[in-house]
This record gives sequence, C-alpha cells and structure tokens, in this order.
Amino acid sequence: MMLILTFSQMQFMLLFSRQGKLRLQKWYVPLSDKERKKISRDLVQTILARKPKMCSFLEWRDLKIVYKRYASLYFCCAVEDQDNELITLEIIHRYVELLDKYFGSVCELDIIFNFEKAYFILDEFLLGGEPQETSKKNVLKAIEQADLLQEEAEAPRSV
Amino acid sequence: MPAVSKGDGMRGLAVFISDIRNCKSKEAEIKRINKELANIRSKFKGDKALDGYSKKKYVCKLLFIFLLGHDIDFGHMEAVNLLSSNKYTEKQIGYLFISVLVNSNSELIRLINNAIKNDLSSRNPTFMCLALHCIANVGSREMAEAFAGEIPRILVAGDTMDSVKQSAALCLLRLYKTSPDLVMMGEWTSRVVHLLNDQHMGVVTAAISLITCLSQKNPDEFKTCVSLAVSRLSRIVSSASTDLQDYTYYFVPAPWLSCKLLRLLQCYPPPEDGAVKGRLVECLETILNKAQEPPKSKKVQHSNAKNAILFEAISLIIHYDSEPNLLVRACNQLGQFLQHRETNLRYLALESMCTLASSEFSHEAVKTHIETVINALKTERDVSVRQRAADLLYAMCDRSNAKQIVAEMLSYLETADYSIREEMVLKVAILAEKYAVDYSWYVDTILNLIRIAGDYVSEEVWYRVIQIVINRDDVQGYAAKTVFEALQAPACHENMVKVGGYILGEFGNLIAGDPRSSPLVQFNLLHSKFHLCSVPTRALLLSAYIKFINLFPETKATIQEVLRCDSQIRNSDVELQQRAVEYLKLSSIASTDVLATVLEEMPPFPERESSILAKLKKKKGPGAVSVTELEDNKREGGELNGASERGPEMAAVAASNASTPSPSADLLGIRSAAPIGGALTSAGSLLVDVFSEAAPTASSAAVNDDGFLRDLGQPNESSDSLLVESSGDLDAAPSSEDPAAPLSDADELLNKFVCKNNGVLFENQLLQIGIKSEYRQNLGRMYLFYGNKTSVQFASFSTTVSCPGELQGQLNVQTKPVEPLVEGGAQIQQVLNIECLTDFCDAPLLNIKFRYGGALQNLTLKLPVTINKFFQPTEMTSHDFFQRWKQLSQPQQEAQKIFKANNSMDTEVLKAKLLGLGTALLENIDPNPENYVCAGVIQTKSQQIGCLLRLEPNAQAQMYRLTLRCSKDSVSKRLCDLLAEQF
Repeated sequence: MMLILTFSQMQFMLLFSRQGKLRLQKWYVPLSDKERKKISRDLVQTILARKPKMCSFLEWRDLKIVYKRYASLYFCCAVEDQDNELITLEIIHRYVELLDKYFGSVCELDIIFNFEKAYFILDEFLLGGEPQETSKKNVLKAIEQADLLQEEAEAPRSV
Repeated sequence: MPAVSKGDGMRGLAVFISDIRNCKSKEAEIKRINKELANIRSKFKGDKALDGYSKKKYVCKLLFIFLLGHDIDFGHMEAVNLLSSNKYTEKQIGYLFISVLVNSNSELIRLINNAIKNDLSSRNPTFMCLALHCIANVGSREMAEAFAGEIPRILVAGDTMDSVKQSAALCLLRLYKTSPDLVMMGEWTSRVVHLLNDQHMGVVTAAISLITCLSQKNPDEFKTCVSLAVSRLSRIVSSASTDLQDYTYYFVPAPWLSCKLLRLLQCYPPPEDGAVKGRLVECLETILNKAQEPPKSKKVQHSNAKNAILFEAISLIIHYDSEPNLLVRACNQLGQFLQHRETNLRYLALESMCTLASSEFSHEAVKTHIETVINALKTERDVSVRQRAADLLYAMCDRSNAKQIVAEMLSYLETADYSIREEMVLKVAILAEKYAVDYSWYVDTILNLIRIAGDYVSEEVWYRVIQIVINRDDVQGYAAKTVFEALQAPACHENMVKVGGYILGEFGNLIAGDPRSSPLVQFNLLHSKFHLCSVPTRALLLSAYIKFINLFPETKATIQEVLRCDSQIRNSDVELQQRAVEYLKLSSIASTDVLATVLEEMPPFPERESSILAKLKKKKGPGAVSVTELEDNKREGGELNGASERGPEMAAVAASNASTPSPSADLLGIRSAAPIGGALTSAGSLLVDVFSEAAPTASSAAVNDDGFLRDLGQPNESSDSLLVESSGDLDAAPSSEDPAAPLSDADELLNKFVCKNNGVLFENQLLQIGIKSEYRQNLGRMYLFYGNKTSVQFASFSTTVSCPGELQGQLNVQTKPVEPLVEGGAQIQQVLNIECLTDFCDAPLLNIKFRYGGALQNLTLKLPVTINKFFQPTEMTSHDFFQRWKQLSQPQQEAQKIFKANNSMDTEVLKAKLLGLGTALLENIDPNPENYVCAGVIQTKSQQIGCLLRLEPNAQAQMYRLTLRCSKDSVSKRLCDLLAEQF
C-alpha cells in the first residue's frame, strides 16, 4: 500500500503559561498575524481545558498537536498528520533540557526575561521546524560561544 | 527584580519587562507600552546618533511588545542597521527582529539581503550561521531568488564547518519548500545524498530532512539514498547505547536520526537489491526485538524514544506491505500496547493498528484484539483515545464481526461526544449496509440509529435505507412492521417519521391484514405526528396519504377530510397547499385505475455508490484511510449524480408534480421528467417510447434515472440500456437482440480511465466488469473480468468488441470469444489485443449479451482506450521544451481550454493524474512553479506525434487553463477534450 507522503514538518511551537499567556511562539509556516493570533487563542483554550493524565496528542483541525506541561508552562507543537508523535514529544523534552542547562533549573521567569535567549537556543536546536543539532553539548557550545563573543566585545580593553 | 538575566544583560529591558508584569490591568499595560513606544520613537528620531547597545536594547523592547500581541510599525530600519554591526549580539538581535517581524517591504528586503550576503561571504562561521538561520526563518521568495544558488555551494564545499553545513541544509530545505523552482539541485544531487555518510551525526541529522523532502519530489534522482540510508540505519540500530556519545538520548542511540531514516525509506518501494533488503529487514527485526527487551531506564524519555523508532519502523513495514511475518509481529507488538498503562501508547497503538487492519496480511491478526478495542471504546477517559478506538473498530470490521461491532458502536453512540456523533452515525450506517447479510438486521440498525442519534442522522442515511428497502422486496414487510412499531413511541425523531411515512405509504399494505395495524390505525398513527413536523416532512406525509387512498380505499373519506380542512388546503406554505389541493382533486376525479397507475409502487433505485460513503469521504479526519479502502472494495461505478443524491423525497416531489395535470412551473424545475413509474401520462416523448416498445416493463424501465442526463440526440437507447439496470424479470423487447446503444454514462466511464489503467469499468446489480490494461509503444493488452454477482447462472454469455465508423481504420482490436456460461458468483476473463494504427478520437464499443433468469440482458459500454494510452514519456530540459513549444506555434496545433476545477486542486493529486496520463511530468521548466508541464510522444503504427502540455491552475479562482501543442492538429484537440474532464 503506497501512501502519498507530503512534506511533513513542524508547523509551529508555542509556550504558554497555565494562565494562558504566550511565552514563546515560533512559526515555521507562513501565516498572517491575524491567523497566528487566532490559532494561539483557540489552541491555548483547547489544551488548558484538558485534564492531566490525558493523552499528549490530539487532532486539531487538520493538524496533530503534541503537548506536555512542565511546571507552570505548557510546551505545544503542531505537526502534520503523518509525523511521529513520540519523537515530537522528545523534541519538546530536549528543548526543555537545553533551557534548563543554559539557565540552570529554568523557570518561567527565565524565559520571560530572556526571551531572546530562548529563541536563540531554539534556532540552534530546530531550524525551519526540523532538528538541526540534537546533541545537547553541541547546541550549548554554540550558544556559549556567542555569549563569550559578546563578553569579549563588551569588556573594556586592557593592555 | 529577579536576577534572571544572563549573558548580555540589558538592564533597561529587564526593568521594562518588570514594569509590564507589575501592571494590574490591561489598561495599565497598554498605557505603559504606549509610553515606552513614544520613548523609543523619540530616541530613534532624535538628533543624537544612538550607539549600538541602545539600538539593540530598543529593538529588543519593540520585539517584546510585539510578542505581547501589540502592533509594531516602526523600528525595522534600526533593526536592519544592527545587521551590519560587527558586534555579534547586536547582529543577533537584529536578525531575531527581522525573523519575527518580517515585512515584505521591498526596500527593506533589499537591505536585509545585502546584509545577509555580507555575512555569508564573511567566512566567519557564527555570522554565516546567523544569516542562514534568518533565511530559514523568513524563507521568502525574494530570499530564495537571492540565495538559492549560493547555499548548495556552501552545503557541499569541502572547507565548510559542520555547524554551517547543518544550517545550510535546513535553510535550503526551507527555500525548496517555498520556491522549488528556484532550487536547482542537478549537479549537487550526488554530493547531497552522500551527506548521509558524513562523520558528523549532526550533519547527517540536518541533511536527512533535506534529502527526504527532495526524494519525495524527485524519487528517481535520489534513489541512491536508499542503500546509504539502510547502512546508516543498520549501524545505528546495532550500536551499543554509548557508541554515539552525545547523540544517544536516554540510552537510545540517535532516535531522531533513526526516525528520519525510516521515514526517508517510506518514500521508496522495498529495496530491489537482495543484500540491502536483507540488511533492512534485519534492522526492522532488531527494532521489534528491542521493544521486547527490558528497559534500560525507567524514565519515560527512554521508552518514548525507543517507541518512536518502533512506530516509525511499523509505518515502514505497513508501507511495504509485503512482509507478512513483520506485519504480524508489528500487530502483536501493538496489541501489547493496547493495554499499556501509558495513555499515549494506547492512543498510538490504536492509531497504528488502523492502518494495519487494511493490509490483507495483518487484517486477521488485528481482529483478534477486538475485545480490547471495544473495552477501550467503553472505558477510556480521554475522548481522543475513544475516537481512535472507534476508528479502529470501523477499520477492522468485516462480515465475521460486523454485528458485534455495529452493536458496540450503537451503544457507544448513546454517550458519545457530540463532536464525533455525526461521523459515528455515518460509519455505523456504512458498516450496516456493507455487511448486511439479512436486511432485517440492516433495517433494525438504521432505525436504532435514528432512535439513538436522530439529530445526527443526515439525509443521506435515511434516503439510503429507503432505497434499499424499495430495492429488496424480501425486507419490505419487515420494514413496514418495524417502522410501525417504532412510530408508537410518543416522542419519535422527525427522521423516523419521514422513514415511517415513506415506507408505510409504499408498503403499509403488507401489514394491513393485522387489525392492530389496519389501514386506519396506520393513518392515525402517522397523522398524530403531522403537526409536530417541519414542512418537508409534512409534504412527505401528504404524499403518503394519497398513496394510502390508493392502497386502502376505506381510508379515502377520512383522508379527504384531512386534506380538505383549512389548515391543509389553505396552508400558507405553497408546497403544502399545492399538494393538498392536487391530492384532494386527484383522489376525487381520478378513477381507481388511473389512481393505481399514478401511484404505483416506486420502481427500484439504480444501484450506485452509497451516498453515505460519499458523505463520509467529504468529512475529513481519521478513518480517511479506511474509507478509501472501503471505497475500493465497493463498486467504483457511477458518479454521484444519480439517484443516490436525489433522495426518495425528491422522487416524491416529482411524483406529486407529475401527477399535476397543469404544468406548474416551479416544481418542474426539479428535474421534472423524473421517471417515477410507468404512468406519467403527461411526461413527454421519452415515456411514449417506453410504452411503444415494451409496455409491461415500463415501470422497471423507468428505473434508470439517467434518462434526463442522456444526450437526446441518440434515440432508442432508453429502453435498451435500462434493461440492464433493472433487476431482471423482463421480457426481451424484440429489438434488444441488436447490440444496445452505449450506456448514457459510457463517456463518464471513459473519462474515469483516462489517467488510470485498472479499476471497475461497470457494475450493476447483476454484473461487474473489472479492467486491467497495459500499453507499450503502439500496442496494448487489456484484461476484462466479468463477474456474476448473482447466485444464478448467466446463459448465452457473449461479448463483441467493435470499432464503429472511422475507428475501424485507426485501431485494431482482437479477442477470442468467451465461455457462454458464467456460473453464479464466478468470474471469467477476456484478453484484448489492441494496436493503434493512427491517431483516433472515438472509443471501441464492447457489447455484452446474456440471459439471466430467461431475460435477455443487453449492454454496450465504451472501452477506455484513449489516444493518451500510447504515450511514451519524454524528458527534456527547459531550453528544449521551450524551443519545441515555439516550433509548434501554428494556431491549429494548439488547443486550449479554460475550465472550472471539478476535483481537488491538491498538487499531489494533480501530479498523480498527469503521470497517469502517460507523459513525463517535467520539473523546473515553467517559470511559475504552480504550473505543470508535460511532454510525450504518441506512438502509432503510421507515425509518432509529439505532444507538449501545460496546465496552469488558479487556486483562487478554482480554474485551470490547459494548453496542448501537438505535431498533429486533431490530437491537440482530442487530448484537450479528454483532459479537461479530468481536473
């Protein structure tokens, strides 16, 4: 049986709090600002209405949603129908690990105050919705190198 | 303020974020933001030049404000300025701003592209990566135009750093998805495929996404990736958990890469090379074995990663559908998961088993889990899991377990989530029909459906039960009895009243002998529901009443009384009033004979694709696979234009209309010539023909409601082709020894096979004709399979193939006679050899004659031999294509049509059709990537005819423009006509 495969990839990733506040949004497909707002609103509502212990996957419109809650934050990815749910769940977990390692026991506030860092780490890990580098060590090395570059640039030059 | 800032602390930003967080109300937040925006605007506009740090800080604040959901309409220029900063973090913030707030302001794009270009050529890997990330994040066409040429070079260059390669691969993937026409892989293909062998696992991980996507679109060019992927996978699968160091995730070696490799292999059929195949099967077995090993960690991440690979491996096994052993093992593994304590695994096992159910090798194995699945349907707490269980039950249903599954689904319906009820109803209705052995069970099931979930029972469902009851006289009495009982309920659903009204009107006489359901009792029962019903139902009931007058003269006075009362005859609804007036008049002036003729029993409906199936197909979502599967099993015959859409109610309306002596224009609009019985004395010449030819069969003849779809230019065909459609107790009309004229929908049948070679050519209640064909150069061979669907022998079975008119000199078709007897349930085969002498337009005719229960059946079809079958695909470059296109520029060489899309405009569907046409589908030829161009040569004995095709879809308008240029004028036109029907 030949299934016709289409391009599959992650469509977007959202991080939001239990109060429904968006903390990070990454869109891998072109959508208008209005569509993005509507999707985020609808999806956040749908997920917050779900009980704990429920399945981490749900069909939503023509997409598959994979989500997991870490403390006060929900991490939620939209993938396509034929994508692998479990590996997506572990993409979320690896991202959480990266944040945790970088910030040192990451909490919601870290992501609020350093949102740009959260984006940079995500870009090193996933690019265009596909895994770019799955090694934790390599991702963090890239980010720390950047931090180092900046510190050098800002430190007063000494002789 | 918490000390959470790390790296480049931007104190002002942290203070601002704190302020926002401290705002007590939305208004306060907006106020604070407006103040900040004013401040930033004044800084940007001020005379003093801002230093890099301030610029970065303000741009970052704007970004934060935007991400809070507010509009930002300035600051883009400052962000672009940051791109050319030589400080990394300033550049980084600039790029982030651009990525998030991309604006297709052309002036800005030019500047951004300039900055990107500088960074790409900087040879500084961190800068290069930033630039590549930006391209991948924005992925606009302008960027594709600027960089699609450069990035493949970076990707394969020997001196590129690994991290840059990774970014370049995914960047290229994004551009390919946006603008496939601009990404020319050509010379790079082989080097890109060999990235699968790269030493750096990160490079392989990034590259494989690109390779998978490119393979999907150009499988032939990338097929060398199969053996590379297999050996990579084999190395990972057999490695110890520590071998891959940081690429091992919770003791699972390279799970992401493994999944991607298995996914890549799903773009291809099983490897032909025995060694490669053997190695792959070994990998799949190892993966299945590992699932049985004790876990190396208790962490859920370990089992998730392991099972992610397992599920992907199972997908591949299902995709190949050729290894019974692996399929059954996969099924057993999933069976274990069905009872796993992790909800996620149960969900996935149910989902994955759904596809296994459709494989012939694993269908039986899936069925063994029926009890577990039923239990899941009853006990799962999460509706999405229950939905999966319902889908799986539907997929695993066959004749052996249909009654059990339908019963479980019905009882689930009583408590089912509202969101899925309609779909459940359709599924129950389909299963009940598909696997009905005795039709009383079918009737019970549908009536139960209406009782349990009446609101969700769509018209299609209750139309269908009526079609089936009308077509099967063995169930009519039972149906009448059952609806009569169902209507006893004080509150019954309106759909029940509709079915009841219709069935009692037709078959109430079958139960009228019992005094408990005497005619008057039946009438009073129906009429007790009348006032609670909507207008369409009341109209239907009025028609039932007039049928009662005909069936039971003793009810005439009572019913006339009802019709005569003001609430009917002066009803404010025109339709109801008209029916009341007309029925009253009809019952008073018509003699019993006339009345009996006008209100004769409804003729059987032609067998068509179930209308419910069509409805379910329209509904998206899970179960879609099994629907397709189901559809394949079912007859493919017929478009949905026939009786199935025109439900019984329409027929009733038509009946009421036809019985109207005066032509009432408004009702005539509804296909007023609808043949609803033999007695439409006022209905025009079509029926006059019927009467003159075979009066006793008139009512059966009227079965074929294709009558009004027929080209009136071909008289004489009505009676002949109708014979075939009807169920059989027909006397042969004198003329029917001659081959019948082609079925009216023969052209439709022909169109179905333009882009495909196999399928069901024709099907009615008696006979199914399947077809398989293959073509090479100007020769073709066609296998016809005639299946006797009844349990009775077909006698004097004979078939004739003819080439009418000028086709005789154009096409040479040879065959041997078939066996004259076809036993009930048997199938016989016939082989046709076809030679194309020169180009042609018409199709050869296939006439089939046989006796069924003494009646001669005579049927003529068009054989789907069309000129495009003799195409040889021709690959050519863009340059060659346009050169030839120009050479074929005489006006008569071109044929063009602009037409509305009748089918899905989905790219994959279109491509499949164009490939089915027989031409080569040429990529990267047309400057507009939305367009399709094809090239091929038609091989005939006398000459070769070159053809070029261009199809331009306009998704917005749902239109196509189709242009053909061929070296022979008549071919352009013929192909254009054929193809215009396909999209």
